Amino acid sequence: MSTLGIYIHVPFCGKKCAYCDFYSVNWTKSQAEEYVGAVLRNIRHYGDCGAKVDTVYFGGGTPSLLSSLQLESIMTEIGRCFSLDSDAEITLEANPCTLTVDKLKELRSAGINRLSIGVQSMIDDELKTLGRVHSAVRAEQAVTDAADAGFENISCDLMIALPDQKKESLQYSAERLTALPVQHISAYILKTESGTPFDCEEIRLRLPDEDAAAELYLEMVKLLEERGFMQYEVSNFAKRGYESRHNSRYWKCSDYLGIGPAAHSCYKGKRFAVERDVADFIASEFQNITVTDESPCGFEEFAMLRLRLKEGLRLSDVSEHRSDIEKKMPSLIKDGYAETDGERIWLTAKGFLMSNSVIEYLIF
Amino acid sequence: MANDKIRNFCIIAHIDHGKSTLADRILEKTETVAIRDMEDQLLDNMDIERERGITIKARAVRLKYTAKDGEDYIFNLIDTPGHVDFNYEVSRSLAACEGAILVVDASQGIEAQTLANTYLAIEHDLEVVPVVNKIDLPSADPERVCNEVENVIGIPAMDAPKISAKMGINIEEVLEKIVTDIPAPQGDPEKPLKALIFDSYYDSYKGVIIYVRVKEGRVKVGDNIRLMATGAVFNVVEAGFMDATNLVNNGSLEAGEVGYIAASIKSIGDTQVGDTVTNDECPCDEPLPGYRKVNPMVFSGIYPADGAKYGDLREALEKLQLNDASLSFEPETSIALGFGFRCGFLGLLHMEIIQERLEREYNLDLITTAPSVIYKVTLTNGEVQYIDNPTNYPDPAVIQVAEEPMVKASILAPSDYVGNIMELCQDRRGVFKDMKYLDDTRVELHYELPLNEIVYDFFDVLKSRTKGYASFDYEMMGYVPSKLVKLDILLNGDIVDALSFIIHTDKAYSRARKIAEKLKENIPRQMFEVPIQAAIGGKIIARETVKAMRKDVLAKCYGGDITRKKKLLEKQKEGKKRMRQLGTVEVPQEAFMSVLKLDS
Repeated sequence: MSTLGIYIHVPFCGKKCAYCDFYSVNWTKSQAEEYVGAVLRNIRHYGDCGAKVDTVYFGGGTPSLLSSLQLESIMTEIGRCFSLDSDAEITLEANPCTLTVDKLKELRSAGINRLSIGVQSMIDDELKTLGRVHSAVRAEQAVTDAADAGFENISCDLMIALPDQKKESLQYSAERLTALPVQHISAYILKTESGTPFDCEEIRLRLPDEDAAAELYLEMVKLLEERGFMQYEVSNFAKRGYESRHNSRYWKCSDYLGIGPAAHSCYKGKRFAVERDVADFIASEFQNITVTDESPCGFEEFAMLRLRLKEGLRLSDVSEHRSDIEKKMPSLIKDGYAETDGERIWLTAKGFLMSNSVIEYLIF
Repeated sequence: MANDKIRNFCIIAHIDHGKSTLADRILEKTETVAIRDMEDQLLDNMDIERERGITIKARAVRLKYTAKDGEDYIFNLIDTPGHVDFNYEVSRSLAACEGAILVVDASQGIEAQTLANTYLAIEHDLEVVPVVNKIDLPSADPERVCNEVENVIGIPAMDAPKISAKMGINIEEVLEKIVTDIPAPQGDPEKPLKALIFDSYYDSYKGVIIYVRVKEGRVKVGDNIRLMATGAVFNVVEAGFMDATNLVNNGSLEAGEVGYIAASIKSIGDTQVGDTVTNDECPCDEPLPGYRKVNPMVFSGIYPADGAKYGDLREALEKLQLNDASLSFEPETSIALGFGFRCGFLGLLHMEIIQERLEREYNLDLITTAPSVIYKVTLTNGEVQYIDNPTNYPDPAVIQVAEEPMVKASILAPSDYVGNIMELCQDRRGVFKDMKYLDDTRVELHYELPLNEIVYDFFDVLKSRTKGYASFDYEMMGYVPSKLVKLDILLNGDIVDALSFIIHTDKAYSRARKIAEKLKENIPRQMFEVPIQAAIGGKIIARETVKAMRKDVLAKCYGGDITRKKKLLEKQKEGKKRMRQLGTVEVPQEAFMSVLKLDS
């Protein structure tokens, strides 16, 4: 039986962060209600009892703005329409401020067993610059409360190459965060997206330059690995056994079905995206999709995605291109961008930093 | 038409002194062109000519003028190229005339170019009629300019017409001067045909149209003509003259007249400017004097930025050559740039014009290599080689003598800039010959300069160091022995053939450093460190390093949205086409172009 991951995009935020360009709108109670109704309709529409769902991911937006009842109804519907694995990884992205002790208990009973908390930094000035509403202390509280509520798989986001960020401030955030009961860290290099409030001269002048950002990234990899968080993808680190099963689907060309405005899918041999419009999502009987790729996971895409993972690319999986790749490997290895055991090639932290160029070099 | 009613003349002027505007006014006044057909500056009919305010190719037009004496006159106005690169063409145009109108700007006075062409006109025994133009400008000082003409050139100028071609002031005075001062042509129509080719162009319907001045005899439709230098024989299909917009086939031309001949000539290579046309059955004894084959002076590799456009580039060059026999090209290949052509030009302007026309009229994106002159190398075994491509420069061990071409340069500028000019010429290995004051404020300097020192950017730098006031002219003076070396540029340890060039030993170090710096600026950081080296033989004389890039990553791949990564992959694939892959080094085409503009 094939397995499937389901991604639910929850497009609501209490407040939009200054760097964010994901699709979200202001939360209103009535629209959230209608939205949940549409999600349920779509789950029924795609329903397939033969598909074994072993990961569910509520992403956003701020999914923790949904009530526990709403989340529970969605989980129940997934359980009715698909074959939901008893051991499924069910993740919810959450803003620290929304995670009260009561809310955490309800989330547990709704079936959520993994939290991805948007901590970003443990320095209040940095959080303020990012436009985050929580403080470092509030984030700490949310994590410990979650652990107390029984969550054994907690992931936190951390951002690097922030305005004014120095090695010391990154160290401080990393140390304080890894001292908490967390098992997984997603650490992203900030990218200034055009059209966001961060896309301005004032911020750009405060950003670390290319070399400094590279140093910060390498420093962070070192810090996290020293503390037992092993890098398994360009931006993801976990204690052994806590790698995100849902996100790994993206890198491994496994099937995932996305529901909700702006959600993406790789499902039944096609990639498709849902219209970025919550009103349209609510009004339509079934979500409107645009097919972006009729035959995904060709060589270039497959190799590009696999090389984002620490386990790298198995050469026997790309046998037609194997000799081309092997010809190019020595110079990459010599310069410390990649390593090989003869069967696989994988990128080092230095290689991950340059992954666009390295991957281009390897596959074209 | 009796010969004594014909006047054949040209106009000599510096760029922007108003040659084309005056020509337009003359056309208008003689009603050769109906006002509704007037387009500004009718004679310069290439876009580039209009934009740059220069004439690239000569043209000729026949006008009818009723003078104040009540008689009708035929004027043949021959427009001449105004740039040093086309000196030979200028001299042939002058040889077709009896007189020249010298147009001088009332505020700027005489320039180097004007002077050179005026001397050329006097050498050809032309009657020079000075005209002071732009008297409408507030800064005009016609008296001073007339004095300058008398002092510098030595021809009377006090009664020169003072005109404004732009405003149409005193144009008739010029027309009357043409009638009274310029002699009528001589020549016996009963003698064997002897006609001078002073221009030609390719017409896709009629074949090559040759512009001629008939010196002796006559030519008519049906005659077999022979072009004496090439020996080619053709049957005349049309013979006539040009009005402002059309060829008028009136069946024949005779001694004293200026006109055109069409004879189903396929290749412009057969019709060399300066050649003599005669009658095949009844030829003249000897050709007109002064013919020589024009040889390219400056060479450069031209490559399509997109290798797939090689065929298009060839086609474009072939088309340009139809109208420009002085353009030469041969296929060449470069390891760095792929397939392209080694092109020969009369000079720098000619090169720029060709490049611009290829890009503009044929929509080609080009990479050009540094211009090179022809070096004369005598090998130890006595063999003499002429080298126009640095790649072919022999091993120094087998060179007995290396020689480089020199030019006699003349520079006119306000005296304030003499220091700057001398500094520049010295820096370019110039040998000072003499300096003359034309009046209180203007000087003329003479230098001998190596041609390879002026092919890069000499004129641009001269202009910038004299706030645009200096004018410059040169003529070739032959080869002199020189200490030359071949400078190679290496990227990541490999020689990039397209960047090699030949240079004087004394200049090698500073040029090498500048090129290395420029390349460092223009080669983006990439995955691997890129060492840039400049070397003479095996010896490295300059080096720079493009540090390896550190960060090039899309950190996030959120919610399984990989569209951005896919787009990036596509972009990278596209970008690869714009880059030249040299080993592991990717070099953008801008990097090749950047070394052509080394400000000094």
